[in-house]
Amino acid sequence: MAKKPIEPFFWGLFSAGGVVAAFLIPVQLFLFGLAIPLGWVKSPGYESLHVLLGHPLTRIYLFVLCSLSLFHWAHRFRYTLYDGLQIKHLNEVITVFCYGGALIGTAMAGYLLWGLK
Amino acid sequence: MRSSEVNRTNEYTPFHPRWYRTRVSTYWWLWKWPYLKFVLREISSVFVAYFVVLTLEQIRCLSAGPECYAKFQEWMKNPFLLVLNGISLLFVLLHMLTWFNLAPRAMVVRLGGKRVPDLLIAGANYAAWLVVTGCVAWIILR
Repeated sequence: MAKKPIEPFFWGLFSAGGVVAAFLIPVQLFLFGLAIPLGWVKSPGYESLHVLLGHPLTRIYLFVLCSLSLFHWAHRFRYTLYDGLQIKHLNEVITVFCYGGALIGTAMAGYLLWGLK
Repeated sequence: MRSSEVNRTNEYTPFHPRWYRTRVSTYWWLWKWPYLKFVLREISSVFVAYFVVLTLEQIRCLSAGPECYAKFQEWMKNPFLLVLNGISLLFVLLHMLTWFNLAPRAMVVRLGGKRVPDLLIAGANYAAWLVVTGCVAWIILR
């Protein structure tokens, strides 16, 4: 694949997203995805989570987590399709789908977090 | 192929010469454990994206009000989602393990002219992970 000057930028996002995902996703996925629905721990309840989400630091935290994780996915998934399945003829479509998806997700996160009630 | 052999084709030919290449199967990564591990590691990114979708839906429901959030919590008890979350957690942990084990190679730290051992850098990452995990869990559940 031709190296474009934009490539290091995406690699930087991929790498930052990888760090954020490794540190923060396991605990959140475990709590909200398994432990709370299965009743292993007491659910924090709507009120306390709503208050937590209202804090500006929580919103910045969630925005950075969502956005960087998505760009991490975009970069890795793009090369998985490229190397793994060898669908090189769809190169442009895949690139647009991956980074475009990450951009849309970032915009959604921004919209939801800033317009929070 | 030696370069002299390649250069000999520089004279005009109506068709570009095509080198012989063996075809690689689309599933080349399935038959050897290191390759499979590499592909599984790459696929972990899909579950990272799934987590973001889940989180965005959770934020939307928290913003929409208690009824929407109660629905979200009920929805999360769906057995299909619980299995999917369990699989996602395994993949995300695989990402965490492979990421931290690669960290010493990505960032070479030198102290007093000597390279800090790989184990120490990976170990520092794991220790930091435990602290961060504890803090996040405490903030969410307190």
